[in-house]
Amino acid sequence: MSLSLSWRAAVVSLLLLSLFLLSWHLATRGIGTAQQMSPEYARLMGATATQGKSAMPGPIDVGAKLWELLRNPFYDKGPNDKGIGIQLAFSIARVGAGYLLAVMVAIPIGFLIGMSPLMSRALDPFIQILKPVSPLAWMPLALYTIKDSSISGIFVIFICSLWPMLINTAFGVASVRKEWLNVAKTLEVGTFRRAFTVILPAAAPTIVTGMRISIGIAWLVIVAAEMLVGGTGIGYFVWNEWNNLSITNVIIAILVIGVVGMLLDQGLARVQRLVTFPE
Amino acid sequence: MTDKFLSIEGIAKRYPAKAGGSVAVFEDLWLTMERGAFTCIIGHSGCGKTTVLNIVAGLDEPSEGTVIMDGQEIAGPSLDRAVIFQSHALLPWRTVLGNVAYAVTSKWRSWSKDQVRKQAQIYIDLVGLTGAEHKRPSELSGGMKQRVGIARALAIQPKMMLMDEPFSALDALTRGTLQDEVRRICQETGQTTFMITHDVDEAIYLADRIVLMTNGPGAVVAEIVENPLPRERKRIDLHKHALYYPLRNHIIDFLVTRSRTFTQVTPHHDPRAVPVVRPSPSPPASVPGAVQHHSQRESDGVLDGAERPDGGAPQNRDRASLAGSRLSGAP
Repeated sequence: MSLSLSWRAAVVSLLLLSLFLLSWHLATRGIGTAQQMSPEYARLMGATATQGKSAMPGPIDVGAKLWELLRNPFYDKGPNDKGIGIQLAFSIARVGAGYLLAVMVAIPIGFLIGMSPLMSRALDPFIQILKPVSPLAWMPLALYTIKDSSISGIFVIFICSLWPMLINTAFGVASVRKEWLNVAKTLEVGTFRRAFTVILPAAAPTIVTGMRISIGIAWLVIVAAEMLVGGTGIGYFVWNEWNNLSITNVIIAILVIGVVGMLLDQGLARVQRLVTFPE
Repeated sequence: MTDKFLSIEGIAKRYPAKAGGSVAVFEDLWLTMERGAFTCIIGHSGCGKTTVLNIVAGLDEPSEGTVIMDGQEIAGPSLDRAVIFQSHALLPWRTVLGNVAYAVTSKWRSWSKDQVRKQAQIYIDLVGLTGAEHKRPSELSGGMKQRVGIARALAIQPKMMLMDEPFSALDALTRGTLQDEVRRICQETGQTTFMITHDVDEAIYLADRIVLMTNGPGAVVAEIVENPLPRERKRIDLHKHALYYPLRNHIIDFLVTRSRTFTQVTPHHDPRAVPVVRPSPSPPASVPGAVQHHSQRESDGVLDGAERPDGGAPQNRDRASLAGSRLSGAP
């Protein structure tokens, strides 16, 4: 074994990527033959019919366009032409706002459910019924009551990130080891001090796992929500580019959404490592 | 000797049974402990000894009866009674110092960080963990973890220390060292201690009085064995003492057979007058009365009858001879 496992994995990853790019390139290089037609008719037809070019952009087209978009990500030329950076910033801000609201609601309620068997049973039917509802099903209700599409988007993010955090917090709090609670009891530690010095650190790994699931779901949902409400955001960008028939931009958006989602997840993974304790 | 530092008065613990009614782990249990004494309770698992300890700790409530410590009824856990758990129960996200300091700040809320640190350090040094203050529990061996548990319990200077099989999860060598440490600390500090164990040798080495419990359900305190070995005993020559084997055999005999048959053999056992047994220095003879015997009858105000080796009631004499013949090996 001359190379470490991670190096060998990186080599295989690169090979797979090149293979994928090569087959993509070959598949979209140009297929059919150009048909003979009058120039006037040809002007109405796309490049597929006139030059035998594939409608699907190849990796080189996408790369060039990506470079162009990334070189100037923050331009703003009216509602339908904004830089991809601006669109992303709108989406991240919405996810951030909805997500933070959910954190502020889910963690205290999760503590309540985890610490009180009464509240756990009393709230269980509500959670069980509301949890499986697709967050987008709330959208009309949100639009009608809030009367603001942007805030409605935030609300949808809030509602979808609420459940995993709530359930994980309640579970983490309820399954804190009895012996640790007994230690707090024998030391006559009050409820609040116990919540912050024993239960919170003990349940933190489970809570952060819930937060990690939530941020993943929130980032999935924001694209769909912005497609619905329109205006700004990366979801709107995707839909707008589909209407422009710019497959290149759609592919770029997919790539960018994936990278941002990964970064959000990695950020919380780092938090998770901080709060995890070895036993 | 009449100092009833801790008095367990007629406690019972019942659980609802599946077929209706209730199952009693133990009923009408009476026990007293003196200040500065080391009491061990020994019995098979399931006899409810952990429940007794949890009730004394305030972590569990008796279905009936009450426990009085230092003139006050026990109502819930208290900083007066420190518990050392079998599973050490250290907070894994805190360091050794952090774990001990957590207990110290719980006891003395207004103390400055420096004061807390000093107090914690004293007890970390006492249990021999100097230098490991900033390690986390996961970096410590089982024995070291339990040392932290002991330091945490002692650091709050409790009136009483409660230990629930504290060394049962440790290997024999570590267990021996820790027993030495606990014995040294308890003698130095005069700490009143109540310990659960199922290790006969541990009980003989550490305890002043060994409480024998019969098997559950419906367990009773069968007798209290006074440890006749000198207070200044050492592990090395413990087994050479003339009384070591009579004492050990007596306890093992109890655990092997009498813990099972006691309630049938002794139907008139009075839980408030548990016989106190003290194996005598004479070598085992077939003469009944090889053990001195006296009852602990609180209701009479006679707590210790060392001056009255024959005991008061004839009932007690029967029991004395029974125990004596058991000790001598004759049925």
